[in-house]
Amino acid sequence: MTTVEEVKKIIITVLGHDRVGIIAGISATLADKHINILDINQTILQGFFTMVMVCDITGSTIDIADLRGILKQKGQDMELQITVQHEDIFRYMHRI
Amino acid sequence: MPFSISKDEVLETVRMLQTENLDIRTITMGINIMDCRAQNGEETGRRIFQKIVQFASQLVKVGDDIEKEYGIPIINKRISVTPVSIIADGFTVDEMVVIGRYLDRAAVEVGVNFIGGFSALVHKGFSRGDRALIEAIPETLATTARVCSSVNVATTKAGINMDAVCQMGEIIKKTAELTADRDGIGCAKLVVFCNAVEDNPFMAGAFHGVGEPESTLNIGVSGPGVVLSAVRNHPDVSLGHLANIIKNTAFKITRTGEMVGRIASKRLNVPFGIIDLSLAPTPAIGDSVADILESMGLERVGAHGSTAALAMLNDAIKKGGAMASSYVGGLSGAFIPVSEDQGMINAVVAGALNIEKLEAMTCVCSVGLDMIAIPGDTPAEIISAIIADEAAIGMINRKTTAVRLIPVPGKKVGDWVEFGGLLGHAPVMKVNENSPAQFIRRKGRIPAPIHSLNN
Repeated sequence: MTTVEEVKKIIITVLGHDRVGIIAGISATLADKHINILDINQTILQGFFTMVMVCDITGSTIDIADLRGILKQKGQDMELQITVQHEDIFRYMHRI
Repeated sequence: MPFSISKDEVLETVRMLQTENLDIRTITMGINIMDCRAQNGEETGRRIFQKIVQFASQLVKVGDDIEKEYGIPIINKRISVTPVSIIADGFTVDEMVVIGRYLDRAAVEVGVNFIGGFSALVHKGFSRGDRALIEAIPETLATTARVCSSVNVATTKAGINMDAVCQMGEIIKKTAELTADRDGIGCAKLVVFCNAVEDNPFMAGAFHGVGEPESTLNIGVSGPGVVLSAVRNHPDVSLGHLANIIKNTAFKITRTGEMVGRIASKRLNVPFGIIDLSLAPTPAIGDSVADILESMGLERVGAHGSTAALAMLNDAIKKGGAMASSYVGGLSGAFIPVSEDQGMINAVVAGALNIEKLEAMTCVCSVGLDMIAIPGDTPAEIISAIIADEAAIGMINRKTTAVRLIPVPGKKVGDWVEFGGLLGHAPVMKVNENSPAQFIRRKGRIPAPIHSLNN
């Protein structure tokens, strides 16, 4: 795949019912792909789990589309909705 | 600071993409083909084919790559070329058809689903090339799958060419007849314009204007679902407040288009042209402009109040979008096609929406009477008169208007037509059957309005 323009950060969101091992499961997958977690923001509201992770993929060889596929599958296994997005889309949409 | 966006903002974006159908509707590459002129239609067509393949071979791949990488659906990749009537001036009708087939082959070769530019600009009169091209439209649209055609019959500066309006009624009828076995689908690829724009990325009316550079990339964003959700979340606010909410939403949608446009332009090494801010509905549930109008408080679109609601929506989208992009152009507003918008279809079926109300709504929307199926036995003069009315609205209001009608052969009011895919399906709508024939047969030109004299 073509190299991502300069910055190599991605945003992962996880939504679903809270259960044991969500963060462990996802971070194990990320570690396995040499992806560094920069920031985690996680809350539970009435049993509903919401997490936003900022990750650095500079050291990883995996491309975003493949990672999205892997985490989507993981999400299905754990009954969670997981999305993976390039950070640029958030920057463009919310900042000028 | 690793990342300055708040969690709510992140989740908002994710929701737009996951559940509200936010997408980039089209990346359209405009290509100048003026230098492809040769001695005859065959050789000209071949040169056009080669040039398109040379310029656009990476278009689909780059679009797909960006989609995968950024997780934003990019629904269509398309091509527009210089109006064929200009570069093929002097060729015969048959040669025009040959060029049309080369355009179709080029579209297949590079993998785009539509190619626009089988067009003529005749707002003040016909050149020989214009005449040949217009006569070639029915056969070209019947024997190609991806070629789109448009004819500009009026402008605010030139007035309305009623000779062309009269002829287009017949051309539309003939196009429908030649594709009668497919519910007249040829007409779904044919638009008649007033004040056509040179950088429109949306089909079927896209062409690469003569004032455009060698090649350019125009982006059509979408997102009726996102605006719908924003409106639904605020059922009780005043209209001024609601306009603000729509502006904010349009801004965010447009920024996504701006990002995709810049990346695509860089990767294809083609200058970024414009972003078209149009809210383009699709037959998908929730991706409907009609639903937005209804969620603003109308029982059904078509009810009195629809025009006012649409006017506010259209304006708020422009204001929000204009702030979000360096270059805004194209049509930029809200489209109100019937067959491509499930909410519009429902309103027609419920008897709430008729062609007269749609015409009124086109005074304030971005385009015109779009994708409307009418009875197959509608006389050509009535179709011409509908075109004349739309052209008059565009001419007087200094805006683009268009007509894309499908007189479906063998079908009557209440029957259904199925075009498939993005073109959707629609009930055949009633038209006013009183004859305008004598008016249309007068022909000539309707002079430009007084406010065209603004120099």
